Amino acid sequence: MLRQIEGSRAVAETVGLCRPEVVCAYPISPQTHIVEGLAELVRAEVLTPCEFVNVESEFAAMSVAIGASAAGARAYTATASQGLLYMAEAVFNAAGLGLPVVMTVANRAIGAPINIWNDHSDSMALRDSGWIQLHAETNQEAADLHVQAFRIAEELSTPVMVCLDGFVLTHAWERVDLLTQDEVDAFLPPYAPRQVVDPDAPASIGAMVGPEAFTEVRYLAHARQLSALDVVPEVSDRFAESFGRNSGGLVRAYRSEDAETVVIALGSVLGTVKDTVDELREAGVRIGVLGITCFRPFPADAIAAATAHATRLVVIERAFEPGVGGIVSRNVATSAPGIRSYAVVAGLGGRAITKKSLAELFIAAAADELAPLTFLDLNRGLIDRELERLATTRRSGPSAENILRDLGAVASRIG
Amino acid sequence: MQSVKFYQTGSFAVGNRLLGPEDRSVQSDRQRINSIDCGHRACRGCGEALGARYALDAAMRATRNRVVAVNATGCLEVFSTPYPETSWRIPWLHSLFGNAPAVATGVAAAMKVKGREDVRVVAQGGDGGTVDIGFACLSGMFERDDDVLYLCYDNEAYMNTGVQRSGATPPAARTTTTPATGPAPGARFGQGKNVPMIAMAHEIPYVATATVAELRDLEAKVQRAMEFRGARYLHILVPCPLGWGSAAHDTIRIARLAKESGLFPVFEAERGEVVGVSKIRRRVPVADYLRPQARFAHLFGAEPRTDVLARIQAIADRNIRRFGLCDEE
Repeated sequence: MLRQIEGSRAVAETVGLCRPEVVCAYPISPQTHIVEGLAELVRAEVLTPCEFVNVESEFAAMSVAIGASAAGARAYTATASQGLLYMAEAVFNAAGLGLPVVMTVANRAIGAPINIWNDHSDSMALRDSGWIQLHAETNQEAADLHVQAFRIAEELSTPVMVCLDGFVLTHAWERVDLLTQDEVDAFLPPYAPRQVVDPDAPASIGAMVGPEAFTEVRYLAHARQLSALDVVPEVSDRFAESFGRNSGGLVRAYRSEDAETVVIALGSVLGTVKDTVDELREAGVRIGVLGITCFRPFPADAIAAATAHATRLVVIERAFEPGVGGIVSRNVATSAPGIRSYAVVAGLGGRAITKKSLAELFIAAAADELAPLTFLDLNRGLIDRELERLATTRRSGPSAENILRDLGAVASRIG
Repeated sequence: MQSVKFYQTGSFAVGNRLLGPEDRSVQSDRQRINSIDCGHRACRGCGEALGARYALDAAMRATRNRVVAVNATGCLEVFSTPYPETSWRIPWLHSLFGNAPAVATGVAAAMKVKGREDVRVVAQGGDGGTVDIGFACLSGMFERDDDVLYLCYDNEAYMNTGVQRSGATPPAARTTTTPATGPAPGARFGQGKNVPMIAMAHEIPYVATATVAELRDLEAKVQRAMEFRGARYLHILVPCPLGWGSAAHDTIRIARLAKESGLFPVFEAERGEVVGVSKIRRRVPVADYLRPQARFAHLFGAEPRTDVLARIQAIADRNIRRFGLCDEE
């Protein structure tokens, strides 16, 4: 049913249709509306039977999900940013225990300095946790991916993280075609756990493993991730067959068949990128787009196939490795080793990514006039002044405060 | 299930045979499930292994074998589950060091939603996992009144990592991070958390303390705890020969001295009110409890630290007054 609805509410209602039996979460912006929506569905007995557990931290939220999943219940939680990092230990643990928990991450920057707006620093920080990571481009996709996430998680007995951009998607109202309960029930069978703590069949879960078997255990986790490269597109195809629309899969190409320059990105920025590419296409630039929906496992073969004809790749990074460079681009480089690639760090901490900046960037890239690592719309003057000062003085304190002082923001606020 | 093996027959040790069946220890029952089986790697004289076996066997009897155990990281987890072996004959789940209460909450929530509330959840951890790193999860579990019995096996330091101070380490005790050097050797006074009292402040249905010196008392408290629904907390003193520097054969004796000196008050509380205490039968000075432990050896050298001993004695005296542990006072 087509509705004008907030992204968070669309996710909450769709998760509700997936019949999670234990839902737990701790409030953090911009995730809060999702669990608020679920709390309402549980309290109103729309979602039943379901235990909604109000926990004291994100670490506890993931821990409750672990316990519930190990006891045979379909478990769900949601978080963002500092919350995801606070639960990091348990996030790795859920994967290691092979528990098919589904979690929404409303992507947000990581502090300090504290910043509540969107980038991908949080989920990228946990890219090696053993979770499957799916990134939504739109709220329609965010909703649809959750239904697929439960199915993928339970088929593989491995946890799945659905990432959607904080505020840009979570708080955006747009038209979303929500599935019905019957449709979801037909697509998503009840959770049949592979392992469960049960007095009728006692087993020990979570034993200590020493050097004699640890490598093998980790290899099996790797193999399971690789098998997801088959399962994710299969589930996406079945979803398309059932509901007549494509959501998910590994990667999605847009106007890239004959493109010399292919722009690679994850998440909601793909909309702006596609608009920009449309305009450049009209101007005769042979440019296309490849969106990565499944970031973990990394779809190396799919990316190699989709970019085989390209001469250069421009990778939009919504997070980066300080002291190294781009994250996605380094993954892409191993998939397409023969193709020159540019990493562009953009939109950190909610900075707007404009079509104008992107168009200039893509034109520079098409002329191979781009540095291998570019920070989009970086205020170079500010940086140079601060670097110079750092070199000549011993001014202490976090650089963010110093920059704000230079911008007059602090002074004017103090009055 | 493997049948229970008795190594000795025909004595009190086996069957409490002079007692009526209702008064016999769970351990005397050949039909009991051996929750934690032989073959584990605990040290000789381990108080925790003993406490865990009695507590879980009692929980199993109280629930007709419908128990799921959730375990924090620590000695108990490490010595009982060296992959691919396990000593647990019951469903058992280990996740992390600091989240056993929350994982147990998750198991309990799942059982509730599945309509399997006959399955009861027991969480267990050492003092580090309970009073320090897992404390927020523990308090959250109490505050929500989740249907979990939490067992803390208190050996008063981080023994699994090599005897470092925890929030339950008593004053003056030597650990590897509170060395017995300087003017005030060992752990500082005035630190540490009294988690049984903190648990009581949450007004949960049931809080109790016990030691491995009084195993029938321990069994009875587990039995009582399982009569309640909601959050319950049992704090069990389990001497650690390795960390305390005591003889392996002295574990029970030392646990008894902890209680008889008043340093470890044994009591039970319901909804925040003390409802019963285990009286001291033969009161002993704290020095008698401390002397057999190398972790307090610096108090008993050529120049005994009577000042420090007096401060520890004052703690015991306060416990005795506060809980009414001695009839004559």
